[in-house]
Amino acid sequence: MKNKVSFDVFRFDPQVDKEPRFQRYDIEYLPGMTVLEALFHIQGTVDPSLCFRSSCRAGVCGSCAMHIGGRYRLACETQASIALERVVAIRPLAHLAIIRDLVVDMEPFWRHYKRISPYLVPSERPPELERPQTPSQRDELDPMVDCILCASCHASCPMTASDGAYIGPAALMKANRFVVDSRDGNTAQRLHVVGDDHGVFRCHTVFNCSRACPKDLDPAGSIANLKRMAVRELVFKANRK
Amino acid sequence: MIVQDVLVVGAGLAGLRAAIAVNQKNVRVAVLSKVHPIRSHSVAAQGGINAALGNNPRGAFDSVDLHAFDTVKGSDYLADQPAVMKLAKMAPGVIYEMEHWGCPFSRSVEGRIAQRPFGGAGFPRTCYAADKTGHMLLHTLYEQAVRYEQASEREDFKFYDEWMVMRLVVEDGVCRGVIAMHLATGRLEAFLAEAVIFATGGAGRVYLPSTNAVINSGYGMAVPYWAGVPLKDMEFVQFHPTTLLGTGILITEGCRGEGGFLTNAAGERFLSNYGDSSKAMEVAPRDIVARNMQREINQGRGVKNEYIDLDLRHLGARKIMERLPGIRDLAMNFAGVDPIEAPIPVRPGQHYTMGGIDTDVDGATEVKGFFAAGEGACVSVHGANRLGGNSLLETLVFGKVAGESAADYVLTSGVKRAGASALEEALREVEAELKELTDGTSEEKAATIQVELGRVMHEKVGIFRTESALMEGWREVKRLQTRFRKVKVGYGGRVFNQALLQVLEVKGSLDVAEAIVAGAYARKESRGSHFREDYPTRVDADFLHHTISRHQGKENPKLSYRSVDLGLWEPKERKY
Repeated sequence: MKNKVSFDVFRFDPQVDKEPRFQRYDIEYLPGMTVLEALFHIQGTVDPSLCFRSSCRAGVCGSCAMHIGGRYRLACETQASIALERVVAIRPLAHLAIIRDLVVDMEPFWRHYKRISPYLVPSERPPELERPQTPSQRDELDPMVDCILCASCHASCPMTASDGAYIGPAALMKANRFVVDSRDGNTAQRLHVVGDDHGVFRCHTVFNCSRACPKDLDPAGSIANLKRMAVRELVFKANRK
Repeated sequence: MIVQDVLVVGAGLAGLRAAIAVNQKNVRVAVLSKVHPIRSHSVAAQGGINAALGNNPRGAFDSVDLHAFDTVKGSDYLADQPAVMKLAKMAPGVIYEMEHWGCPFSRSVEGRIAQRPFGGAGFPRTCYAADKTGHMLLHTLYEQAVRYEQASEREDFKFYDEWMVMRLVVEDGVCRGVIAMHLATGRLEAFLAEAVIFATGGAGRVYLPSTNAVINSGYGMAVPYWAGVPLKDMEFVQFHPTTLLGTGILITEGCRGEGGFLTNAAGERFLSNYGDSSKAMEVAPRDIVARNMQREINQGRGVKNEYIDLDLRHLGARKIMERLPGIRDLAMNFAGVDPIEAPIPVRPGQHYTMGGIDTDVDGATEVKGFFAAGEGACVSVHGANRLGGNSLLETLVFGKVAGESAADYVLTSGVKRAGASALEEALREVEAELKELTDGTSEEKAATIQVELGRVMHEKVGIFRTESALMEGWREVKRLQTRFRKVKVGYGGRVFNQALLQVLEVKGSLDVAEAIVAGAYARKESRGSHFREDYPTRVDADFLHHTISRHQGKENPKLSYRSVDLGLWEPKERKY
């Protein structure tokens, strides 16, 4: 092989294997090849038993978040050339049960997402046309609405490992997205949900989430905002009878 | 056996909107999708969604009629005009509804939903959310679906995430339900449903390159096709003018709507040299721009003899960061280019399937109880060429329409719960078929056939078609179908057997490709995106009709024709 890239891919079939292992694949490198393309090549022509999630291959659907060469990234946005000079390990998202190989059970992630009422709850009935929102009000939503729910933040957060009920950075950022939206009228209720023992106060400000985000978003910032507002709501409003 | 009232297969914009519509009529609904709903390809749509809202100052004289007319003209007069009128009429409503549901549209200075110009539109009527409109719409719609799920008692709104449909079961012209596989366990289940709606998206990956996700194999069109449901207008494949060199990733038309230029190796805005794009230039409709770009490249004037430059530098950093941040990321990540500093290398590539499952204006097919909506359906509202911004619109409008039709069907014809034995028999057949595919090994690989099919379609059934190329394409597809019969999965595991799914999807792609080539070969004219070098003019006298394609097993598909619903506008020469 003229130029080759080498990957140690995490393999585990809980129905068959006693424990996980890494399987080495050496494949021919073509310029511009992404890690996802390498996985397609392996799965399609070398080893049909491999499985992983993917769809858009353009970094927008969030399916292919994996731990690649020491960091969480989207396989489709990662150049395979990182594996030219050295063997790169590919692991699935952490803190979620393995279904098989690189496919993890996303159920807890979706449960946390659904728990925070991830939909607009306006305080009045809608007008005939659009609810007005100024461009700067819309700008406030910007970092948060771009989240593709890839779960890299969730996987990188040590608190999701120790507390399965921790809402987690992605769902908390989604909660903040609605708290900040000028059209939402449900802030108090939202803060009560995220302000419990398994919500924002479980966050220990480790910042892995913001570092891991492949879209350069800032879940830690959202959680900080929610903490501030939750204290005001839960402590001070609760004291005011 | 799992029993449902309405089963929606496909959980992108059309599927979710349909499911919500069903539930709003207080009918039980389940949504089944091979990927988690938020991964559906709707999420990748960039540029925007059309409606005659009149929010842009230049859109003050826009109207539903003008939107409809632009769409009909854009379709090269093949679209069914009453269906187009319905699309344009319902547009403002579905968009305001999405906004009320929280969709974070970009806003004008006045605080209203912002609208930008797009190809083939007489007024700026494309509502957008930066250049991530599909993402914002899908996330908002999924959020609402979750709201309906949480509001339901007795599981009236249920999700089956990561289940793949195996077969559509039709008995005596009536839909009985589907057979589907639970991907996490490999378990097969029969779903007995009064009504089934397919919203499974387009068939882009029949071509390579394509802007589409890997999940858009056309399998969702093939499954009903195999069950006897006809496909319509399959030869009309849209080639988007600006796909990234190499990966084929979409670079939105919005770039041109915001004022971007297309230049050749000499730095010329070459569209001025072609009669059909000299007036509208970069915002001429897609089929026209794509052809002229391809002509430049074919005639040796492409940059590095390979591509065209999409130049956004003159827009300035602020406008790019505000309106086109997503494509900036794409250009940097996948082409190593920052559009603030340098032009983006682009070329035309497969993008959208105008054709699909044959439905009427209510989303119904000829099979009772079987409906379809979204890119996977063909009503037809896009005819021979789709305008940008009308696909996102179609998903919401006809998702809603199909959902309401399916709910009405269940409410009026009653819940019969018939077809259990047909479903059981189908389940056994699917089990046998899967066993056969996973038994043994073969040199022939589905992945290899898929890549070859993509290349054949791109080369022989692409932007410029000729009789001889189409004939070669046909023979190649036939050869690939024969090779496919030897394919084995090579892995017999039950859990997330990705290799098995790929084999099934390639089977679907092959039969969909066959329908495309057959339709293209038979249509001896040029119309919209279907351009015949040997028949370069539009011939309404002979070809103002839809192509209906019926699967005939190993025999060639049977083609028939249905006239276009006119009524509002007489077909005229299509000039911009």
